[in-house]
Amino acid sequence: MKLGSDSPEADPARTITIEAFADTIIPGEKRWPGDRAVAGAAPGPGAAAAGAVELLEQPGGGLAGALDSLTWALNDHAREYAAERGLALDDEVPEFVALPFEHRTALVQILTAPDHPEKAMWVGLALFSNMAFDSAAHMSTADAFATGHPGLRLMGYFPPDSDGYYRFSHFSYGRQLAPIHPNTTATGSPA
Amino acid sequence: MTTTESTDVLVIGSGFGGAIAAYHLAAGGARVVVLERGPWLNAEEFDHDFLLGSSYTRIFDFVVGDGMSVLSGNCVGGGSMVYFATMPRAPRFAFERHGSIGRRMWPASINRDTLDPWYDRVAEALPVTQQTWDKVPYAGGLFAAACAHAGRTANPAPSAVDVDMCTNCNWMMAGCRFDAKRSLLLNYLPAALAHGAEIRPMHEVQRLSRNDDGGYRVHYRVVDDEDYRILHDADAIDAKIVILAAGAGATPVILRRSEPELGTMPHAVGRYFSGNGERLNTAVFDEDRVRDVLGLSREGGLAYGAYQIGRGPTVASWDRLDGSLPEHERFSLEQLYFPPGLGTILAQVPDATGPTWFGVEKKEMLSRWQSWLTIFTMSEDDNEGVFGPPPETGNANRLSQQMLGNGPLRYEPTANTWRGWSLSDAAVKDILERDGLARVRPWTNDLVGAYTVHPLASCRIGDDPATSALDDRHELRDHPGIFVTDGSAVPGALTVNPALTIAALAERAMPGIVEAARLRGVDVTYGAPAPDGAVTARDAMPSSA
Repeated sequence: MKLGSDSPEADPARTITIEAFADTIIPGEKRWPGDRAVAGAAPGPGAAAAGAVELLEQPGGGLAGALDSLTWALNDHAREYAAERGLALDDEVPEFVALPFEHRTALVQILTAPDHPEKAMWVGLALFSNMAFDSAAHMSTADAFATGHPGLRLMGYFPPDSDGYYRFSHFSYGRQLAPIHPNTTATGSPA
Repeated sequence: MTTTESTDVLVIGSGFGGAIAAYHLAAGGARVVVLERGPWLNAEEFDHDFLLGSSYTRIFDFVVGDGMSVLSGNCVGGGSMVYFATMPRAPRFAFERHGSIGRRMWPASINRDTLDPWYDRVAEALPVTQQTWDKVPYAGGLFAAACAHAGRTANPAPSAVDVDMCTNCNWMMAGCRFDAKRSLLLNYLPAALAHGAEIRPMHEVQRLSRNDDGGYRVHYRVVDDEDYRILHDADAIDAKIVILAAGAGATPVILRRSEPELGTMPHAVGRYFSGNGERLNTAVFDEDRVRDVLGLSREGGLAYGAYQIGRGPTVASWDRLDGSLPEHERFSLEQLYFPPGLGTILAQVPDATGPTWFGVEKKEMLSRWQSWLTIFTMSEDDNEGVFGPPPETGNANRLSQQMLGNGPLRYEPTANTWRGWSLSDAAVKDILERDGLARVRPWTNDLVGAYTVHPLASCRIGDDPATSALDDRHELRDHPGIFVTDGSAVPGALTVNPALTIAALAERAMPGIVEAARLRGVDVTYGAPAPDGAVTARDAMPSSA
């Protein structure tokens, strides 16, 4: 595989590997027939479709400069993982992409376990993959709603008012729902 | 030859500890400069936007340590800008705790009775108000109803939110767009400015050194406005008195970095860190059971489905704040909202058959996000946090341009800490899973360790020089003229939200700090009213205080 290019456009191996990792964190349906990065393990779009690579490639996030080495290391771990288990890997795609979904999942569990020496970087990659899905941190929230961002949509995140700010006119059941603690002081604090 | 700038009082940090000090000293006539490492944003700059670089990443810090991650403010106003403004007083037993040292760890001069007048002063200044059930958001109401169903009590918690101005947007961690949250930008800080104090944002203090006249030189770097990984000019300011209020995650780091020039630090600087015994559980509610068992319904025919609506924690259950229970078995439970971004990844799937925090089942859990309820435990930990060697600058090696970094804190929870967490997990489960209301599970500690939004005790007050860095006047032992007034001064976990206690301790420290400044030749007096001129709490002070 060709790895290590500075330009993500010129390095489809990096993109497909990172997408496969993100798809393991929040899985999704295949984006097109023959989509290799996305395993198709869950209905609806997942973190790859939600923009995980776009978020990770933002210089401000802190992992952009490390994506080449993360790609290399992830595929190295996948190669080792497959060899230990006697799994044959399709050599047309990077090793992690070639792993079936349940094995991608098992490998991510290993890499993010508390005792793994590289835990911090894999947790970081998972954190940003998740953020692309649960908050669309690579785009303005207004744009995320305008383009129907799949994470916010799945979570049912309410849209803002027309000016982009949130106000909820209905917010309370409006009545006392529990007895207060008998030792509450006059200022409303615990005694 | 260049001349170093000088002032009477240099305040490091502009959260509660710094803002209160800056106000009283400036109002009393001292020249005050406040150095704040974060930006200075006002209401119109607070976004409701998850885009990296929006206000929430600019003013909020998430520092991952070894076994403990710390969330804190990073802006003018400090924690008051990003916190949820829940302001209970600490229960009486919290001041009597022994913690890990086998005897009372608070100074003999401080207990609930002696601190109450100072609580009153802060409550008047912000102000803090009692909350009423008719304004409690759905999530708080749901928690209250579940507590009642389980035979327990629940209280609307005192708050520094002006509820009539609040839109219940739940964007408090990004700063309050509507100035409903009574942050320090609305009271102590503008009052300090009116009395001539200067506040300089994007100034990160790195270390202190001592001058021949007994004063101190405070060395800082200017932080880039957008990329906090980039530091610009280095310079220094001389001061007769230094007040450290950089927060419990930063104050001990600055002091440790200063040790080669200042001399040996007290043993407790950078030790006895407490995460306030904090822990989170996230429940996913069955909407039908909420309606059928608890009898709740809201507009549109829904029972709940309103995790997103509200203003952080509004309802707390204090049944376990019982001083007759053994230490490490007392805790409060508070309903909480944690926004997406950092607020979903650590939540674990209650009945997972595969991975608990990611994967297919986690995605299913996310699809029910509006039916989530997060419960916040504040318990009694064992002050087991210790800071390792300081990073080259600041208190973390910054990973992202804003917000995310790795810091030197190590925290290995003891059996005592785990006892409180386990008991609270069981209580949460008992309340929320009763009669099929919800399924619940604690957040994982496997990814970023435990986590706290209320770092405490890393440079604490006490009577015993071996286990406290500060005397009961908040002066750093063996380093006269350096005072610490932030959360690091609090001796240990409080079992409730600590902001009001931090602020009350800062108010209490002020007469002594003013006196110390006078002894160092600063023309300053003590006795300012509340920032808006109110004098009720000041004039009610007992003479013994």
